[in-house]
This record gives sequence, C-alpha cells and structure tokens, in this order.
Amino acid sequence: MSIQSNVEVRTEWGIVSARQAGRSLAKKIGFESVDQSRITTAISELARNIYLYAGIGEIIMEPVEQEATPSSPYRRGIRIIARDKGPGIHNIREVMEDGFTTSGGLGAGLPGVKRLMDEFEIESTVGEGTEVRVIKWLR
Amino acid sequence: MRIPILKLYDYLLVSVQVELDDQTVLQFQEDLLKKIHQEGSSGVVIDLTSVEMIDSYIAKVLGEVVDMSNLMGAKVVLTGIQPAVAITLVNMGIMLDEVPTALDLEQGLEKLQLELEE
Repeated sequence: MSIQSNVEVRTEWGIVSARQAGRSLAKKIGFESVDQSRITTAISELARNIYLYAGIGEIIMEPVEQEATPSSPYRRGIRIIARDKGPGIHNIREVMEDGFTTSGGLGAGLPGVKRLMDEFEIESTVGEGTEVRVIKWLR
Repeated sequence: MRIPILKLYDYLLVSVQVELDDQTVLQFQEDLLKKIHQEGSSGVVIDLTSVEMIDSYIAKVLGEVVDMSNLMGAKVVLTGIQPAVAITLVNMGIMLDEVPTALDLEQGLEKLQLELEE
C-alpha cells in the first residue's frame, strides 16, 4: 500500500482535513473503530499544535510495515508525521508533562497523543521547528 | 456551519450531526447560551450520537458550555457519547467528570426531569 496523504495545516480547516484524511487512511489499513478514533484524535491534537504554535506546517500520514524480528512478529500500522518550521520547543520534558499547557486547553496535548499511539518521537530545535513522529500498530 | 437548536417545552434539544471544527463548536456555545436566555429554558440535552471524534479542545468547549449554562440556571446533559470516543477521551486523560451524561436522548430527558424536580 503506497497511499500517503499529506495535508497542509494553516487554518482551522486544515485541522479538520487532516483528521478526515487520517480516518480514511486508518480505515483502509484496517483499524477498527476505537483505534480509528484514537488515531483521528491524535492527528487533531498534532494539527492543532501546528495551527496554534507554528501557524503553518504539515501532517503526513502513511501506512508502515515492519519485518519480523526475534522480539516481534511482522506488523503493519499507520505513521503520522507532524512537521512545522515554527518557534520550536524550549523544554521538551516540560511539554511532555501531564497538565502542562500554554493554550488554556485541557493539557492533554502531547502527553495525550503519546498515550493514544504506540510509538512517539519528538525532535525540536528552537528557532527552526518541531517534528513529531507517531505510529499505531494494527492489533 | 450552525448546529440547529430545537425547543421542546422548557427544554432545548441539540443533536450534533456535523463534524465539529473549532469555529462550529464555538459558534454553538454562543448560540446555545443566547437561546437559553431567549426561551428561558431550564434544561438542555446535547446528543453526541453522531460525533465520531472529540479531541481535547472540543471536550474543553463542551465542558465550558455545561458550566456556562449552569451559571445561567439551565442544566445540561450530554448523551450518546460513542464507545470509541469515551475510550479515547479517558486514554488521553480527559475525564469530564463534572459533566452530567446519559446513554441516550430518552435517558437524558429523564435525568433532566429528575434534576429539575429536586
């Protein structure tokens, strides 16, 4: 499956488009409804972060496969990359703490995304931007 | 996009049938409070059966709608939250535990009646 989906986020509508594209891809890959909801919600949180803090960025969604290794069987899933060239994050450890919020949200933000997905990586350079990469594996 | 708000005796009924974006949910917050004021409603049921996704921002705004309506003197019950939505919200750490809820519209109306009789 080579159905990558790439959505630009620069308005609130970008948030909606990103999560619609994410739900449709998650369905195609074969995720059931609870995981579709987790994936769509994670995309919504990531897209909102871009909209609020960077102003502009993109969400890339694609199927992902991993060959079997001695410790894990072959598996498939969805990878989501949220990338922006915004101000970057000064203290990543701080934003990964539950309850930390600068937007007056419920503070679910990035820690919430981490809990919804199976794998979570974040790279951020102040003045250059932020990239969050997450994966959900099919069960 | 506007979410329709229906009047039923002393109550207001809302069935959310559209994908909730930030602007729509904020507009709804304002519309509902104005409608409560205009109609002098004592209770509101917001049915979320068709809502497939609630993220932290939408959850926050819905929680605020409940608080704001309470301030005005109207009780709000949220109904029909989908299993997948409930699982996702709690996984994220969002509990909404101050918010009255019911399984469906019918039980939501019963809950309102009970609360208002107290």
